[in-house]
Formats: sequence, C-alpha cells, structure tokens
Amino acid sequence: MNALYSLVFVFILVLIPLFAVGAGHMEFGFGVCIPYTAFALFLIGFVWKIIGWAKSPVPFRIPTTGGQQLSYDPELFKQNKLDNPSNGFQTVVRMILEIFAFRSLFRNTSASLHETKGGPVVAYASAKWLWLFAILFHYSFFIIALRHLRLFLEPIPFFVKGLDFMDGILQIGAPVMYQSDVLIVAGLLFLLLRRLVDAKIRYISLVTDYFPLFLILGVALSGIWMRYYAKVDVVAIKELTMGLVTFNPHVPAGIDVSFFVHVFLVSTLMVYFPLSKLMHMPGVFLSPTRNMPNDNRFHHHVNPWNPDIKPLSYEAYEKDFGPAMAEAGLPLDNPENAKAPEEA
Amino acid sequence: MSMPSADELFKSIDYTPPATGWMETPVNFAPGNWCYPAKKEKVEYMQGYLPNAFGNPREWSPEDADWKLPPNWKEIVMNGFRERLDKFRSLKLFMDICVRCGACADKCHFFIGSGDPKNMPVLRAELMRSIYRGEFTLAGKILSKLTGSRVMEEDVLKEWFIYFYQCTECRRCSLFCPYGIDTAEVTMMARELLNLVGVNTNWIMEPASNCNRTGNHLGIQPHAFKDIVDFMVDDIEEITGVRVKAPLNEKGHEILFITPSGDVFADPGIYSFMGYLMLFHFLDLDYTMSTYASEGGNFGLFTNNETMKKLNAKMYSEANRLGCKWILGGECGHMWRVINQYMDTMNGDLQGPQMETPRNPITGTVFHNSAVTKMVHITEFTADLIKHGKLNLDPSRNDRYKVTFHDSCNTSRGMGLLEEPRYVIKNVCNSYFDMPEGTIREETFCCAGGSGLNTEEIMEIRLRGGLPRGNALRYVQEKNGVNMMACICAIDRATLPPLADYWAPGVEVCGVHELVGNALILPGEQERTMNLRQESLPGFEDEDDDWTPPNM
Repeated sequence: MNALYSLVFVFILVLIPLFAVGAGHMEFGFGVCIPYTAFALFLIGFVWKIIGWAKSPVPFRIPTTGGQQLSYDPELFKQNKLDNPSNGFQTVVRMILEIFAFRSLFRNTSASLHETKGGPVVAYASAKWLWLFAILFHYSFFIIALRHLRLFLEPIPFFVKGLDFMDGILQIGAPVMYQSDVLIVAGLLFLLLRRLVDAKIRYISLVTDYFPLFLILGVALSGIWMRYYAKVDVVAIKELTMGLVTFNPHVPAGIDVSFFVHVFLVSTLMVYFPLSKLMHMPGVFLSPTRNMPNDNRFHHHVNPWNPDIKPLSYEAYEKDFGPAMAEAGLPLDNPENAKAPEEA
Repeated sequence: MSMPSADELFKSIDYTPPATGWMETPVNFAPGNWCYPAKKEKVEYMQGYLPNAFGNPREWSPEDADWKLPPNWKEIVMNGFRERLDKFRSLKLFMDICVRCGACADKCHFFIGSGDPKNMPVLRAELMRSIYRGEFTLAGKILSKLTGSRVMEEDVLKEWFIYFYQCTECRRCSLFCPYGIDTAEVTMMARELLNLVGVNTNWIMEPASNCNRTGNHLGIQPHAFKDIVDFMVDDIEEITGVRVKAPLNEKGHEILFITPSGDVFADPGIYSFMGYLMLFHFLDLDYTMSTYASEGGNFGLFTNNETMKKLNAKMYSEANRLGCKWILGGECGHMWRVINQYMDTMNGDLQGPQMETPRNPITGTVFHNSAVTKMVHITEFTADLIKHGKLNLDPSRNDRYKVTFHDSCNTSRGMGLLEEPRYVIKNVCNSYFDMPEGTIREETFCCAGGSGLNTEEIMEIRLRGGLPRGNALRYVQEKNGVNMMACICAIDRATLPPLADYWAPGVEVCGVHELVGNALILPGEQERTMNLRQESLPGFEDEDDDWTPPNM
C-alpha cells in the first residue's frame, strides 16, 4: 500500500509538467523558476540540517569497535587499525572505507533457523546482495551527476569528458549507451523489489522509503527517454542550462517536453532531499560511532555540559557504617565513627 | 509459568510479521514480558541525590491499565526528549538518517530468538523515531501516516517500556549499520526519559541505589564484604595450604583493585575472585581493595548518564583517599565500556596528583594505552606477566576442561579487548576452541541479560535472546567436546549458566581468572588435589567420583 501511494505520487509529479508545459506552455516556469527555487531550497535545507546536527555536541567518545584495540603491547596483540582506530589518520581511513566502500554493509550476514537431526541450528550466511546493489546504485548516481556537469560548464573539464567516454566505452547503440544508466535502474529495481519481497523489510517500509526510490527511478527513466528515444536537442538544452548558471536565464525554442518532466522530478528531489532520510549522505560523516578514534583511555575527551555531580563521599559512607566497620577491623579515617549513633 | 523445552521454543520462532502494521499491533503486557518496577523507596533515595534525573516514585504494576503517571507526564517526556536532542548529537543524527535498509534486522539476538518485529533494531528505534517525526518535524506533523509519524501517547510510553527493556545495549546492530546507528544510544535515551516519569525496573534501580550507599550493587555492607573475602581466603587455604592476604581499605598501596561485586557474591564468580587473590599473593603485589568502591560495574549506565557519573566517581575518589597510583580493574563487561568510553570524560578531573600512568611493578611494562584513565584490565595485566615469564603455571590442572571463550558485548564492541583474554586462557589451559565465526569477537552474541535484564521474571525472553549464543556453544560442545565457557564479565557469569543449561546442557561457565587460579603454582603450596571449585584434579579422583574426562 505504501509502495502504491508512492508510485501514484510520482505519476502525478510526471503529469504536472506534461500538462503545464505540453498544454499550458509554461516553459519559463518549469525550465527556470522551479529549478532555481528548488536548488536554493536544497542548499538552504542541506546546510540548515547539518548546522542543526553540528550544534548538538558529542558528549562521549563512543566508536563502535570492530576489532582488536590498540594494546599496551602492540606486537603481542596486533591492533585492527581499520575497525578499531586509535588516532585521527586511522579514523579517516575507516571513514573513507565506510563512505566509499560501504564497509559495514559489506559485513552483512543473514541468519536462518534449521531443524536438523542433531538439533536446532542457527546459521549465518554471507549476504552481500544489498551491498552490491547499493554500491551499483550510489556509484551510478554519482557518475551520472558528474556527467551532467558538461551541461553547466564551458569549456567542459577534461575529467567530465573522460568520464563520459569511459561510461560509454562499450559503444553499444546510437547514441552510445551509458553503463551507469543501466546500472542505476538495476540498482533501484533491486532495492525496490527487496522492500516488496522480503516480509521483514516490507513490514518496516514507509511511504518515505518507497517515494525516493520511485522518484529517482522517474528521474533516471525520464533521462533515458530523453537521450535514447526523444533524442532531445542537446544544444538548446545546454543553452538553457548555461543561462541558468550565468544568471542570464532564457528558454530556447524546440526543447522536448520530456526535458521539463526530467527537470521537474529533479527539482522535486532537491526540495525533498534535506527533509528526508536521504540526508544519510551528509549524516554518515557525522556519525559518532564511526568518526571517532577509540582513544579515550589515553586522550581526554571533553563533554561541554559535563554535569557537576560528585560521588557520595567516603566521609558519609564511614559515618553510615562506622560501628560495623570498626567491629570488623576495617580502618577508619575518623575514629569517632566507631561509636554507635546513640553514643556519638 | 512453565518454560517450554528448548526444542519447543525453537520451533515456535516465526519470522513472519503480523498482518497488522506495527503501530496497530498491541503490546503484550502479561507477566513474563516485563521486569518488575522499581520499589518506591529506591526511586525516592536516588531522587534525593539526582532530583532532575528521576521522578514519580510510587507503587505500580505494568499489568495494570493505570501506570500512575504524573498528570504532566507528556510534557516531561517531550521536554526531556528535546533537551537530549540538543545534548547528544548521536540521538539527533540517529533520529534523522536511518534509511530502514534492514541490515540490522537479523543481527539482534532478541529478534533471532523471538521473531517479534519490534525486536528488529530498526523497528525498536522507530518506536522513538516515529515520535520524533510526529512531534518535532514539520513533515511528520502534516503527513503523519505517510511518514510513519505519531504523537506521544500513554500506549507509546508503555510500548517503550517493554521494548527498551528488551534491548541489552550490546551494539551488535551498530556494527552492521552502514551509518553506525547505535541502538544502544537510542535505548539509553529512551530509558533516561522513562526514568523521568518513574517508568523503571527494580533490577536496575535497586543495584544503582545500593551502589550509591554501600559501594556495590548487591548492597553488601563493609563488614559483610570483609567476611565474604575472609571466607574465600579460608577456601584458598584449604585448597592450596597457603593463606593469602586480602587487604581492604588500606592506605599507602600502589594499586587499587576494583572488580564487580558479583565476583564476591555468587558462584561461579567467586572462583575468579579467588584467582585474583592468589595471583596478587603470588606477585606479592602492593595493592588494596576497597569496600567503599567495591563495585566495578555501573548500573547507572542502564539508567541515565547522571547516575553513571555519580557511581563511577567513587573509583578515583577512593584511589585519592587511599593514595593509590593506579587502578587495576577486574573482569566485567559494561564496567569496561564505562571505563573505556566514559570514565575520563566524566570524572577525569577528580584524579589526584598522586595518580600516574600505570606501570606493572613486576615487569616494568608501562600501560601507555591507559595513560589518561589510569586503569588497566586484569587480562592485560596477567597477559603481560605471562609474556615476561613471571608466573609459574601448570595448565594441566585445567585438563578437566575443554574451554571456549565468550566475548562480552561491551569489551568487544565498546573497547576491542579480544586477544588479551584468549592469550591468558591459552597459557593456563591445554585445550581451547573458539566458537564459530560470526558469533565471536566483534560479532559476538549477547548473553541476553546485559544492561540490567538479568532478572528471573523475564527468563523466557532471556532464553530466546540467548539462542544465538547457546546454539554456537552447542556447536563446539558437540564438535570439540567443550565443557567450559570462560568469560570476562560478572553479568555473563550470572546469566550464562541458565542459558547453557537450556541450550547446551553440560557446559559450565567460569571467569578467566578462575582458570588462572587453578593453574597458578603458589610458593609453598601443598600438593593440589582439587581445583578452586573443590572438584578433584585429574589423578586425584575419589573412588566414588564418577567424573571421567570428556571423549573417553
């Protein structure tokens, strides 16, 4: 049901520009005003959210340690520097692996129960499909976003040209097919099917889990449609996009409506991004269980709001138990405490 | 309440979620699903010291419809929530960035053993996130259903009570989360909020208040503490013929030794305590113990950060009063999470000028990795002694045992003390076998009684949560003949025996230093015919002792 709602939402989002531009000729609104507004909201929301997180302090140093600690005898007990970093450099390496290789997700296992002749067995199998398709999706998205820089920069930087070439290196079809286009759709479909097929995951999935998947799928499919089927006028589009970045916006004639659908979906994504779970992208950089070294035994960490709390004092303790302590032969700081309260 | 057999319980586990959505699925409040609430006087006592951290002392029962919450309970909880979002970046971030990928779902021992979807870490945290979205975010307020949001109601608070006391803060989910979201952090915050309105459990509150007054969770008063220690000294003398010293509250020693009070109180922890005493006697160590700081563990960690700080502060205070240079810490799981990740931040400023970076007086090794906390783990200390050949050991005295090692959650995922205990065990025992990959070291499974859940009234929940550990244990029991599971945690020593009896009957539980005590040859000792449990050593079996070595 949640999936269906999300799909319907995205359909409506496709229909809006189809009618507004196709029938209502609102090219300027959908080609200039909406993308500008969306981009501004994206930037503001993105920064706002990060500032909001950063304003909360990290009172305690709480890395999740995934291996052997730095020992007093590093030769006898070899430290696992990647999973239990003890200094800033090791922590940066851990973060790089986390962010660029999804290292924690790579650990993924699946637990299953089996009744065997020998009795019950709980088995754990490696389960890397989620990791694989998550990597495919995220890297494809990243490459596609970078490729789009050719529409916003003149001259086109060498790395964008190189990326463009590499992404189409298989030389299939005309225009040449980008591998990233295929892989992002494959990744999205896997992530979507996984939510629908696995009962556990379906049970926890909200509209806000399906919606971004359908929305990004819509972005990808509309882009694919523009390139391979509608074969839109790229020169005109670049004229429009360069107008946007040079703050000299205008809409040239002859741009296919599919472009406006694509732009509208991307605009929706930009506005939605800072309000949603998609903020896991910047959030992972701030995660206290990953971005701190496990060094609290030999480096002082400051809690800015450390409350002024003192222990129950030894004096109070001795007063409480003095007579019994004296009788048991335990030393007393204050011999007076040896007397029972009524004597004192 | 009758307990199903292990096979019946295993067959009853069903991973199919209910037909109703989780917000509509009612919570079971029948006895057995919750820990008994805190006694009124315990809450009043703690409230007297920390008035902002505790509230609403009263008699109540989770089974009743009326939990006798204060009239403004919602305001208290929501204000507390807001305050904690501003104090803990972890909470704020973890409320925002979960994508519900479900990688954590089958990593939780309580989910594996129960199939209850609210025991999936993602859903446990959603119990709180749904309130965060519904109360604090615009989208959640407008589109509540679509964004999985809801507003705070009494039923939600009751649901929190059930499920945040079905999390042992073991952090296994956090290891697998691609963003490092740590359910333990979420659980801690939820428990802080619940304590504000008096929704609490006695199994945590009573130890915490005991610890404040008597210096230990079990409420052992100083003279009784001395009696118990003397009793163990007698036992050691009976076994070894050597009378070891057991200094208490003595000033002017180099080292203060602190271990969880569970080790002085109950079988099998006492055997580890005897092992400590024998080791220190062997070394003629310049040390003392304290009755005022007679607790290594810290049930404040399971209550709120204020209580954790207050209880932990006794360690440095006592080291100062007694003039000790550094502190040696015994075998305990959550104690070491506190020492490794919280202690210096909270209480480092209490350290007196006499405290120094710990240095092993026997070997000269300087423990640079504890330069700030000034606290060394006993297995680090013993491993160092073994490496330098300072101990006289006869591992064959442990030949009765085929040993495996249970990594405690806290020392594994909140510290990384993985190899030190294994090194010690392998030097004092002849047969050691690890449990299967995926169930040990950083991926270790909880005993299902951590974070203050080691109470009898939720035994079925504990045994369900104990399935992954118990099943891994059974594997090495059948494959390698393992009959002893060593651990470095006092809670483990209390919770693992019933777990082993249920899932892997025939396996016993011990501390690492019990094995050290068995193997250690004391100068001037009599011929050892029994181990610390006063069971016959191989070659000294009585006629009527029907024990035979395993696999014979």
